[in-house]
Amino acid sequence: MKSLVDLLLIAIKYSLVSNVVLSQFLGICAFLGVSKKVDSSKGMGGAVIFVITLASIVTHIIYIVFMKATSPLCKALGLKDGLDYLNTIVFILVIAALVQFIEMFMKKNMKGLYDALGIYLPLITTNCAVLGVALNNVTFQYNMAECIVYGIGISVGFALALLLMAQIRENIVEGNDKIPHSFQGSPIVLVTASLMAIAFCGFQGLIR
Amino acid sequence: MIGLYIVVAAVLVGATGLILGLFLGFASEKFKVKVDEREVQVRAALPGNNCGACGFPGCDGCAHAIATGEAPANQCPVGGAPVAEKIAAIMGTSAGEASTDKKVAFVHCQGDCSKVKQQAQYSGIRDCTDFAYISAGTEKACPFSCCGYGTCVKACKFDAIHVVNGVAVVDKEKCVACGACVKACPKHLIDFVPYKKKHIVACKNLFKGKPVMDACKIGCIACGMCEKNCPFDAIHVTDNLAVMNDKCKDCGICAQKCPTGAITGKRPVPAKKPAPAAATAAAPKPAAPAAAAATPAAAPAADPAK
Repeated sequence: MKSLVDLLLIAIKYSLVSNVVLSQFLGICAFLGVSKKVDSSKGMGGAVIFVITLASIVTHIIYIVFMKATSPLCKALGLKDGLDYLNTIVFILVIAALVQFIEMFMKKNMKGLYDALGIYLPLITTNCAVLGVALNNVTFQYNMAECIVYGIGISVGFALALLLMAQIRENIVEGNDKIPHSFQGSPIVLVTASLMAIAFCGFQGLIR
Repeated sequence: MIGLYIVVAAVLVGATGLILGLFLGFASEKFKVKVDEREVQVRAALPGNNCGACGFPGCDGCAHAIATGEAPANQCPVGGAPVAEKIAAIMGTSAGEASTDKKVAFVHCQGDCSKVKQQAQYSGIRDCTDFAYISAGTEKACPFSCCGYGTCVKACKFDAIHVVNGVAVVDKEKCVACGACVKACPKHLIDFVPYKKKHIVACKNLFKGKPVMDACKIGCIACGMCEKNCPFDAIHVTDNLAVMNDKCKDCGICAQKCPTGAITGKRPVPAKKPAPAAATAAAPKPAAPAAAAATPAAAPAADPAK
């Protein structure tokens, strides 16, 4: 029971309190790029949840089999320090290949979803939030269940922030003449994002 | 020991890459999606600039739309008639009427360095967008004028627009009407005009009279001469700027009447001081006001001299 509570806390902490975009500042590029329209932000949010969760699982398996100091590979070769220093490069390779594979698979078997996600699926390859999740799994020494929940928590947090931002932009920011000329476009979006980040500070103290 | 680490690192990363590569290779074979053969052929026939002028995201999108029948064979404005014929042959349909009213981009400003007054020196980033934001466009005295820093030149993939003497000029022959420069111009000076049209209001100044004349020798001063003289009710002064509508027959009377030359295509008429060699036909008539009044008649005679 204790572990279930822990998992729930991880999910809440990383979707709200330490939101990936608004308090950890990961994945800002996609956050600003895709939040123009609510529809596309929904697609991106869904794609990110899917990819991050899967990437979290796959990179965790690779880590415990090959990279960790106590992994079978390192034991067999007698490497006492493990191969942690190769995490970044191997994870990038794995994530990129994973996204490519998912794209192919969906193109063949889930045409509707593939068309809906469109360009956003390959865009995720270069989303630092995905790599961040994979590397943080190692840093926090999470086990498999925690990795899955952490991945879901982070990606739901991303989707939430993206959706909120898209709603704000679609309704208030885009094409609003009252915004001073020099603030139109990216500046006002960045200001909006900072205000949202301040608002999300309100979740601090929800979990100690 | 260090040697072992290096070897392990190289082998591990290399093997990961190799395995993933092979895996993706097999996966791409296994999950191959059948693409319409015609789509591939149509894609090959298209110019491949990915300019987006057709309204689809790139040439792939256009090819897909043509192959599925959503778009006509002559969808691509860049390729024009030759490409449309090729595609029609692939698709087995008629090429459709090649667009007769070919359009080209046009910069609605003639304020080059000799015509518009310079009131300040700008030494920031040489880019119209930044310039327009930073200075609200005040290097030239006319706030509506072309900045001349070539953001449109950078946007053009067809080498069809250049900054000549401080003002952007479109090369009509090279222009394919993709609209990249229209989007790029922060002053909104560029839009499409018919290729054949000679008489165009080449000014966007919304001031009236003196402020325009103070700033630029060739701006629209909203005098209304064109409006009064147009036989087709095709040009009107709205918001202190002459604007043509589709009734225009391109007769050129407005251009002749325009006192500042803001409308292009004015035929050379005898000037007060006849130009040395150019105006041979006009030279015998030094009486400028009289000749200017009788323009429609005098103009054809003067035209060959141009």
